[in-house]
Amino acid sequence: MYVRPADLDETLRWLAGGARVLAGATDIFPAAGERPLSGDYIDVSNLDSLRGILLDAEAVRIGAAATWTDMVAADLPPAFDALKAAAREIGAVQIQNRGTIAGNICNASPAADGVPPLLILDTSVELASKRGARRLPLSQFITGNRRTSLAPDEILTAVVAPAPAPTLRSAFLKLGARRYLVISIVMVAAALDIVDGIVRDARIAVGCCSAVAQRIAKAERRLIGAPARAGLGGAIEAPDLAALSPIDDVRATAAYRRDAALTLVRRAIEFCVRGEAGGVV
Amino acid sequence: MLDRASGIALDLNGESRRIDVSPLERLSHALRESCGLRGVKVGCDAGDCGACTVLVDGEPVCACLTCVAQIEGRAVETIEGLSDSDPIVARLRAAFQFHGAAQCGVCTPGILLAAVALLRRNARPSEGEAQNALGGVLCRCTGYRAIVEAVCDAHSFQAPIGADLPQEHSVGQRLPRLDGALKLSGAEIFGADAWPADALLARAVRSPHAHAAFVLGDLDAFLGAHPGVVAIFTAADVPGLNRFGVIPAFADQPALAEGVARFRGEAVALAVGEDEAMRRLDVSTFPVSWEVRPALTTLDEALSPEAERVHPRRPGNILTSGRVARGDVAAGLAASDFVVEGAFETGFVEHAYIEPEAGFARRVGDRIEIQACTQAPYMDRDDVAKILGIAPTQVRIIPTAVGGGFGSKLDLSVQPFIGLAAWQLDRPVRMVYSRPESIMTTTKRHPARMRAKIGATRDGRLTAMDFSADFNTGAYASWGPTVANRVPVHASGPYRIPHYRAVARAVHTHLVPAGAFRGFGVPQASLAQEQLFDELAERLGLDRLEFRILNALAAGDATVTGQVFPDGMGFKACLEALRPRWRAALAAVASFNAAAAGSLRRGVGVAGMWYGCGNTSLSNPSTMRLGLKPDGRFALFQGAVDIGQGSNTVIPQMCADALGAPIALLDIVSPDTDVTPDCGKTSASRQTFVSGNAAVLAARAMRGAILRLANVGEEARIGFAPGAVIISGAGGERRIDLSRLPVDASGFILQAEETFDPPTTPLDENGQGEPYAVFGSGAHIAEVEVDIELGRVKVLRLTCAHDVGRAINPTLVEGQIEGGAAQGLGLALMEEFFPGKGENLHDYLIPTIGDMPPVECILIEDASSVGPFGAKGIGEQALIPTAPAIFNAIHHATGARIRRAPATPDRVRQAILAVRLEKDRGGQ
Repeated sequence: MYVRPADLDETLRWLAGGARVLAGATDIFPAAGERPLSGDYIDVSNLDSLRGILLDAEAVRIGAAATWTDMVAADLPPAFDALKAAAREIGAVQIQNRGTIAGNICNASPAADGVPPLLILDTSVELASKRGARRLPLSQFITGNRRTSLAPDEILTAVVAPAPAPTLRSAFLKLGARRYLVISIVMVAAALDIVDGIVRDARIAVGCCSAVAQRIAKAERRLIGAPARAGLGGAIEAPDLAALSPIDDVRATAAYRRDAALTLVRRAIEFCVRGEAGGVV
Repeated sequence: MLDRASGIALDLNGESRRIDVSPLERLSHALRESCGLRGVKVGCDAGDCGACTVLVDGEPVCACLTCVAQIEGRAVETIEGLSDSDPIVARLRAAFQFHGAAQCGVCTPGILLAAVALLRRNARPSEGEAQNALGGVLCRCTGYRAIVEAVCDAHSFQAPIGADLPQEHSVGQRLPRLDGALKLSGAEIFGADAWPADALLARAVRSPHAHAAFVLGDLDAFLGAHPGVVAIFTAADVPGLNRFGVIPAFADQPALAEGVARFRGEAVALAVGEDEAMRRLDVSTFPVSWEVRPALTTLDEALSPEAERVHPRRPGNILTSGRVARGDVAAGLAASDFVVEGAFETGFVEHAYIEPEAGFARRVGDRIEIQACTQAPYMDRDDVAKILGIAPTQVRIIPTAVGGGFGSKLDLSVQPFIGLAAWQLDRPVRMVYSRPESIMTTTKRHPARMRAKIGATRDGRLTAMDFSADFNTGAYASWGPTVANRVPVHASGPYRIPHYRAVARAVHTHLVPAGAFRGFGVPQASLAQEQLFDELAERLGLDRLEFRILNALAAGDATVTGQVFPDGMGFKACLEALRPRWRAALAAVASFNAAAAGSLRRGVGVAGMWYGCGNTSLSNPSTMRLGLKPDGRFALFQGAVDIGQGSNTVIPQMCADALGAPIALLDIVSPDTDVTPDCGKTSASRQTFVSGNAAVLAARAMRGAILRLANVGEEARIGFAPGAVIISGAGGERRIDLSRLPVDASGFILQAEETFDPPTTPLDENGQGEPYAVFGSGAHIAEVEVDIELGRVKVLRLTCAHDVGRAINPTLVEGQIEGGAAQGLGLALMEEFFPGKGENLHDYLIPTIGDMPPVECILIEDASSVGPFGAKGIGEQALIPTAPAIFNAIHHATGARIRRAPATPDRVRQAILAVRLEKDRGGQ
């Protein structure tokens, strides 16, 4: 069954009845393999209340149906440059035109390119069900490889980032074995708030190196208070990334991922210092 | 809520339409099956290939990832909606024709739609903008460069082109592909694109285990529980011999396994039924119980003395072996001043054509007709006949357009299944492989484990080479014997090596069969030999290119099989043509690296290759037929399957010139085993050479027949006019009105049929003899940039020189070179298939449009006296030197030698760290 709800309330009613949310469908169809979709789906891709990307004094609110193409086009502060750089590298244009930021989160792949840039924005997710609404930090929402705390009757309605300091710059670096349409081997997002040449705030997140992408607090702490100049990335050492737990797979070895993560973290910091947004390496 | 009854309204290619399908149906499926828009190609059903790209409100999306309900009220454009009345479309198509940007044409609809979306907002895109816009569509044939060029300069074209074909001298001209318009319109019929309305759909039940015995359960109960599933077939239903294989003496593969599955993905049963029932069927519920057995998954396991035999008749799991020996290797190496040696490995490589295997079969009385994508119609015919227990003449194979083959579509895929089901049910049956099914079950490039030892004297001359290799041939023979025989002949490369020994074995494992893939093992051997040459040159203190020039094989030299070519060995000329770029690149790299402060280092590498055209010491004839029609036109019965490489164009070019007729006078009759004579298989770089020769012979015979008809001598000239031939000579001009002449049973005034079989001799016990009538040769320069901290390699430029004897159509030759180089780049940097892991196109990576650098092609035309107009093959040649040239460039940039392909970032980084460790140790 396919439902196109008129509003969120209707969506929640169908969810309570056991239907699943469908938006970009870029993960749902591949999971079905060669067989047609079966089951009940609620298509929220055209739900106006879930569509926009809104910026106000307090927060940036990314609606659940906002696509990666919407993200690239949105007028947002430099803290979102990393997320936009990731948006340009999610699959290819065809995927970016359909796939949503919310879907990338709910699919919960360890290789979700959107997650590290969202983590450095301290984002939360808004969840709704007939039982009520709740809000969770993104870092708590994704609980494992393909696992989230989304209840079966819940929908992720928005991704919300507190309005960042206008001085917070960000960068995203993606490492893959080819230029386009590639699942990352490692990716890193970093943001630095540089005021008067000094790093006031530092945020670093690494993806593909653990079941869930994670912030690297130890590395962040090393940077705060440091002068923001070329070579700053060198302050990060391998032990700072000890929290990572990469695995071997068809794309790379675990040892390589650990090694590359350090290089990418250092480079992402340099990109922030230079005010560049990054992209594929 | 939406349901099927209400239908979904949309603007489809400018017209209001209502589609009455399930709202959750994939848009790609609905467009193809319900709307008949079969220009929408399905390559993966997962958003990994972009072949199904359509425009929704002007923006590209993958139709396979969009459900029908989501396009309600939107405007959808498919290839069928792109009209030449739109100047953007017309110019783009003209540019595609001019540049040869469509080869097989299966990705072309998706590419064109993505490009049109770009050009509508940006008429003159930069190269980078074009790449960003097209990054989501994979092409396996072209190497993308022609596509980039066509998109970037589409604005400068005035459509249409290609209408003006030359009146004479077609050979050597850059004619646009004769079948190009079909490919660019999306109207070309590929394997999945046509089927009778009452066809049933077949799906195979396949082993999830690499090695398992199995017992089938209650099939009747399963049928009863699945309405719409009409029949189940198992090995017991095969009426003939349940064994097939491309080389009859080694045929060992059952159409449906008999009690034991020997690789993951082997078919154990076939279910056939109505479309919807079959699409929804969960084959994992099929009643079969498995007894998993230990599987041999590596060469070491398979070669262990204790190993179980994959096939009882093949001791030691050795399928076969090949050997070439000349001179005295031990003495040659002992007499060398420098000897280098090394071990090298490669993995399974997947062909990854964008068209998965597909076709349909129908029974017509006591005959079976199979229309499917294939590279080898007559071989399909003979094997299907054996499986069905009928005569070959009872089988008709009608090849569709082939959406890429590269060797794997030489073997049977869907044919035995649809043939068996249609034969038994007396109803048409179709089958389309899913992408995972295609990757899991069809043949691969052989993984190789190679050792080589090569010596040279102080003056830089090669003395001896000792080479041995084991090739993992998987569970069934396929082309394993060909690889084992071809590699020892080629492992020397096109160099003078007086003392030589090469042995190669094909070894069975419980893995997917390895078969033919562009080069039959030679690209693997070349990785070993060409890298060791660099090491030798380094030891000798010689420039790497000059070392190769010094040792290059020339006409008059003996090859390692003792063959001496009197002409047409233009390898040295290829190397010499590379000199200017080589020197410039070395200088540029030196200055870049001298100034490099960061993590980027550049390098340049070169590698050579040769490749014998046609079968190794075996007969492989082609037969061509020409018919003169009463209207004065010629029917060319062109049985050579064009898999994108261009035989539909170059064979008519040669035929027209041999006939002395304008090419436009030829009507091409496409391959069909009931209609066209046997042109052999499209493999071994043989169609231009072998079928081209047959076409030339047939054309000459036709000329002779016309002259005899006019009762004039050889010196007379033949002109052509509607309904007439004009004979002119010493006695003046004479018009022969064809409409007054009698026609034969086929409606022809005259027919001519000729066969060409390359002159070769058998190889003796030492592999000495004349295995090929002609070799193509060439060399590539790769310029790379390595991120030494990440091990990521970018190829910046390729310069490719090939001796093609005569470039019948330089644009198509360059297309083969660029496409081959792209596959070589993939082999070098990213392609490896791990059975059981990643049977899809996001884990198995092939180059995208952003991975291919500019390619400069240099065509050397050292004519072969046995080639048609001097021509040699190019199809496989172009892939072989790319990977070793890239590996040699990586070494030049970093000092790290890559001994295991592909050079993925982790392997390159590891090799760089190993070199550093070695240096540090050396320093202590």
